[in-house]
Amino acid sequence: MSWFGFPRWKLTKKRSMPEGIWSKCTGCGKLIYTKKLEETLYVCPECGHHIPLTAQRRIDYLIDKGTFCEDPWRLRANDPLNFTGTKPYKEKLKADQKKTGLDDAVITGSGKVLGYGVRIGVTDSNFIMGSMGSVVGEKLTRMIEKAIDERRPVLIISGSGGGARMYEGLYSLMQMAKTCAALGLLRQANLPFISILTNPTMAGVMASFASVGDVIVAEPKALIGFTGPRVIEQTIRQKLPEGFQRSEFLLEHGMIDIIVERSELKARIASLLDYLSP
Amino acid sequence: MNDDVKAGVIDFERPIIELEKKIHELKNFTVDERIDLDREIAIMQDKLDKLKSDTYANLTSWQRVQVSRHPTRPYFLDYVRLITSDFIELHGDRCFGDDKALLGGLAKIDGHKVLILGHQKGRDIKENVLRNFGCAHPEGYRKALRLMKLAEKHNLPIISLIDTPGAYPGIGAEERGQAESIARNLLEMSSIKVPILVYVIGEGGSGGALGIGVGDVVIVMENAYYSVISPEGCAAILWKDRAKAADAAQVLKLTAKELKELDLIDEILDEPLGGAHRDHEKAAVFLKSSILTNLKKLLLVSPDERVRIRYEKIRRIGSFEEK
Ligand SMILES: [Zn+2]
Repeated sequence: MSWFGFPRWKLTKKRSMPEGIWSKCTGCGKLIYTKKLEETLYVCPECGHHIPLTAQRRIDYLIDKGTFCEDPWRLRANDPLNFTGTKPYKEKLKADQKKTGLDDAVITGSGKVLGYGVRIGVTDSNFIMGSMGSVVGEKLTRMIEKAIDERRPVLIISGSGGGARMYEGLYSLMQMAKTCAALGLLRQANLPFISILTNPTMAGVMASFASVGDVIVAEPKALIGFTGPRVIEQTIRQKLPEGFQRSEFLLEHGMIDIIVERSELKARIASLLDYLSP
Repeated sequence: MNDDVKAGVIDFERPIIELEKKIHELKNFTVDERIDLDREIAIMQDKLDKLKSDTYANLTSWQRVQVSRHPTRPYFLDYVRLITSDFIELHGDRCFGDDKALLGGLAKIDGHKVLILGHQKGRDIKENVLRNFGCAHPEGYRKALRLMKLAEKHNLPIISLIDTPGAYPGIGAEERGQAESIARNLLEMSSIKVPILVYVIGEGGSGGALGIGVGDVVIVMENAYYSVISPEGCAAILWKDRAKAADAAQVLKLTAKELKELDLIDEILDEPLGGAHRDHEKAAVFLKSSILTNLKKLLLVSPDERVRIRYEKIRRIGSFEEK
């Protein structure tokens, strides 16, 4: 894959994670030739595991080459609670900004999917577990409001084990209401919202924008739910059944529309847009 | 179990309770022995009031959390009984069941017909099993939404009383879409045309609280808390130790006072001296008066304008730097 054709300022190079010739599958643990993984969009050829991707890579795989235009807003968290736990929040932010090359856990912008114009937001689970604080909430909300102005469909790809970001306290919780309120306006404008869930999408992210898609699509075997499995096990004091809170479980229980393999995602989203675009 | 534990006495309350006991004994003594000790009693009463206000002015965040969870604190149905008349509880989500931890119904408050809904905790083990400790399942949030839509259709303002440690973490809750049921409410409540008044009367536990928490005014009672995560959950993440909840409560900035300072809520609702659990009637008077004042203001605004203002209010919450 290449980073060329991006009308984007800086950072693109830094955003790719350092990779060797061999990569380890996070599913089966086998070593796979990295070139091979790039061909398979980081789906393990051995076990079919969908290896987590950076937000940038998800955009590259979904959006037509040369059409993505990132929103120009440069927002950074400012630690309103002055939060210190084992490590100050400010330091966590700095560390993850350095690690990922991102300002925060989301990239938003506009682009095309096989020619269909969309507005898109993608969370990155490498940045404080893809959790939503003020910056993620604000950027997604602005992106949705722009979609309404431009009369474009909205896509959001979620990957968040963290949910609402603890380090910003109630500010984070309120981003759940904010993003959902914006999606309410999108609905009133009769514009579609397709929510794409990846491993993992939990807690405050799943209990807000990720859950209210007109169509909800998930990658195979993604962990999706409200409460994390460990906490549930501790609460009910029993082992959870195999496959609990996985995409297939959610499909079975009527909570999502379709499970789509990564290699099929772009074509499938384009087909949905063909039906739903204004 | 000793009486203190049964009554849920918190450590810092002990001196207050001792003094109350003494005054009570003294009063009984004057009646039994026909002696006039009014002056002495009045002095002790003053001392008690001062002790209460000093103690309560200086509570730590964790102590507030403890007060918010006090087992004799007034709950949803207590307030319904104390501030409304002609309450008709309405049941069920029309899909799966009737959640006993999140209730709602039609009621009158000083002649205003309203929909009142809220979380309900139990006073003892048996009642808490029925009420699931105030932890609602998806059917609770879906019932709440059904009733709010009913209220919108018939132009009844909505009063929402929050008091939950959080939405229930269980297998059934996940199977039936706990996350979706909360998210749906956030989206729908942002555009419901009738006034929505939100009060955190005890515990404002995370998404389970917010699931009935989007409104035109958000008011937190003096000793209630509202937080993105429970202090215990936060402690488990930060220090791998739930026993450090007191430290977590401190860093989360979850008290009414802190939230007001951060401009995250509209008002703090005063409680009777020594906390709502010491005087249910008075706590209810404060709540009722706040509801009536805010309702009057909100009814002056047209429905479309109200929804627009509500959106703007939610829209501007956030703290960040922009280059
Ligand atoms: Zn593998």
